[in-house]
Amino acid sequence: MDVDPVFMSRLQFAWVIGWHILLPAFTVGSAAYIAVLEGFHLVSGRDVYLRVSMFWIRIFSVAFGMGVVTGVVMPFQIGTNWSRYADATSNVLSPLFAYEGLTAFFLEAGFLGVLLFGRTVVPRWAHFVAALMVAAGTLFSSFWILSANSWMQTPAGYEIIDGRFYPVDWIKIIFNPSFLSRLSHTVVAFFITAGFVALGAGAYLIRRRRFPAEGRIMLSMTLWLLTALVPLQIFLGDHHGLNTLEHQPAKLAAIEARWETGRSVPLTLFAIPDEKAESNRAAIEVPGLGSLILTHKLGGEIKGLKDFSPDQRPPVAVPFFAFRIMVGCGVLMLGVVLIGGWLRWRGRLMETPWYLLSCLLISPIGFIAVIAGWAVTEVGRQPWTVYGLLRTAHSVSPSLTGRDVVISLAAYMTVYLIMYPAGLLLMLRIVRAGPASQVGQDATIAGGRPKAPVLAGAAIPAEREP
Amino acid sequence: MMHVLDFVPIWTLILGSAVFLYVLLDGFDLGVGILYGFAQNAAARNILMNSIAPIWDGNETWLVFGGLGLFAAFPLAFAIIIPAVYFPILVMLLALVFRGVAFEFRFRDAEHKTFWDHAFNYGSGVATFAQGVVLGSIVQGFQVSGTAFSGSSFDCLTPFSILTGVALLFGYGLLGAGWLILKTEGDLQETARRQGRVCLVGVLAAIGIVSAWTPIMNPAIASRWFSVPNILLLAPIPITTIAVALQTWRALSSRSEILAFAGGIALFALSYLGIAISLYPFIVWPQFTLWQAASSDRTQAFLLVGTLVLLPVILMYTSWSYWVFRGKVRSDIGDH
Repeated sequence: MDVDPVFMSRLQFAWVIGWHILLPAFTVGSAAYIAVLEGFHLVSGRDVYLRVSMFWIRIFSVAFGMGVVTGVVMPFQIGTNWSRYADATSNVLSPLFAYEGLTAFFLEAGFLGVLLFGRTVVPRWAHFVAALMVAAGTLFSSFWILSANSWMQTPAGYEIIDGRFYPVDWIKIIFNPSFLSRLSHTVVAFFITAGFVALGAGAYLIRRRRFPAEGRIMLSMTLWLLTALVPLQIFLGDHHGLNTLEHQPAKLAAIEARWETGRSVPLTLFAIPDEKAESNRAAIEVPGLGSLILTHKLGGEIKGLKDFSPDQRPPVAVPFFAFRIMVGCGVLMLGVVLIGGWLRWRGRLMETPWYLLSCLLISPIGFIAVIAGWAVTEVGRQPWTVYGLLRTAHSVSPSLTGRDVVISLAAYMTVYLIMYPAGLLLMLRIVRAGPASQVGQDATIAGGRPKAPVLAGAAIPAEREP
Repeated sequence: MMHVLDFVPIWTLILGSAVFLYVLLDGFDLGVGILYGFAQNAAARNILMNSIAPIWDGNETWLVFGGLGLFAAFPLAFAIIIPAVYFPILVMLLALVFRGVAFEFRFRDAEHKTFWDHAFNYGSGVATFAQGVVLGSIVQGFQVSGTAFSGSSFDCLTPFSILTGVALLFGYGLLGAGWLILKTEGDLQETARRQGRVCLVGVLAAIGIVSAWTPIMNPAIASRWFSVPNILLLAPIPITTIAVALQTWRALSSRSEILAFAGGIALFALSYLGIAISLYPFIVWPQFTLWQAASSDRTQAFLLVGTLVLLPVILMYTSWSYWVFRGKVRSDIGDH
């Protein structure tokens, strides 16, 4: 079979990480949300916060379990399909990956048991601390993995000896030039993603009229959060764009489908980039706005793709369109937040059916934005695995044949296409059952933990009885 | 770069212990998953699953640590071995995915309970077999040119590696039976004892065949074990193995609850030691030693700082969670 193992391996990596990233995109924000709810409950003593928290913990536990099993796949991908990349970069990157595993994975998994099953075994403050630690764990996880990812985009603090990278300065490696702007942009994106899910779930419960009190708490809290985070994210995204302009000009040119270097360049709203002709078709442009947005100066210079030799250019169409999808999601999100703020001001937030329906329909929007953003940054990094230094084509395992990867990719597709719909259905079922239902209780008992000898009776605090 | 301290022995010890811990911990819960297929009814299956539900994810985390530890401390070995066992790794990961989600899904997805039962059972068995194939491949060695694996992705499937795959099924089954003897009572415990005896016979046969086959396949390993004076120095290992095997058989047939599990662990430790003695100082047999495959001093030192702080914490937490869920799994759990 004459298939390119490099292309197939890229496809396989995109497949496994694309599905995996959906789970951290949800669990990082959810973990923090649960910690906040537990804190509110601890301080205010109001049971409604507890019911909402327990409701989210049930959803979180399914997503977290799926995140763990799909996460185990990831480090092995580096070995099975990208062994030359592993050999070349391990001295620099492996500790970052290993610290991700050590600090975060263990911290999450360690305190998760207490968070999920220990409510009546440990004091209330300790349970709250466990919630905080799980949230901190997910953040540490993001810290290390995005540090490693950013180093591949903007490598620093290394030396190259015989084709291998060696560490020179760990601080420069970890805090490489694009790290902090990427970390903040990504973490806020994860919070927003979970926020829109909570917003949608809240709207759903209000519409169903079964658990309106819990629904109102979810809707109100997350709308406040999103009111702060969505504008912040637009600011952070702009900042990240400046960083890309400085460190990865070829990526930026691909994102904007800009072929010629120039000053006062227009903003391309839509176009069909043609890589063969090195130009755009059907372009819709706003004069001068491109330079202003991208460089914050009216006459700012943007490098065009023609300044880079063809073997150093990323593919254009994917970053170009994915970026526009991401920004489009951002605009929609801002619309939802602004309308919500106006309705709240008029005191009609909870009683406006079309708005509640919009919140419900828009709830998966964060996932779309995250996947689009991921595609922008990773496809935009091509044709390199380590930007400007190690080519993707030179990173793949030399023993691999195209046929090997076709088989493995088919297997990953089959398994993920069974598991993800099943997991999604289960989470939707938990949402439909609502807070204070018996569904979660069944699950935790069935999980075998609360009713184990030391935990007898742990599952049902009195206030959960309807 | 100044060579202040040789980190290789430290990392060999850490990684060796992590892999062994993984084999023991996930070994017994994969073993329970294998025996799960022989359970008589839903009540028994619930108890079996509940006996490992609180701890399996922690156990599996050692696999991630093992993989990342190999990547970090011995990257050359990682870059050669992992692509060489491409398909066993793939099969293992997918089997672990199925088996992992089965814990949650089985209870929340009542309509497809049988499907998730099978996912758990076959997932455990297939993951175990794949790990055995990986082990066999490592003992066999790989076709290497320069610093990369140069064989085909199907090289790892040989009669020898299939044998080690089957051997590990019996081995994890023995650990699983030992665990169930600890965690269950009555009929279930009797069943576990019977299954444990079957597995023990399988394990001993496998140890015997592998011990004969490895030196025949490999003269260097033969001379390490059978030359004088090594044969005398190493004789305690097979002798201890026989003694432990007898003791384990007796424990399986008596009232003792802890000794069967302990015997299983001891047999694994002895086999592990045997493999280590055969291969040392090579990590990629027979091309690269531990020192040749090691990462730079700075890399090993940087990671060691955090590991020495975090590993004891992790071990403490792990022991604590075992303590919390100690005791027999009762029959009133799970059947709701």
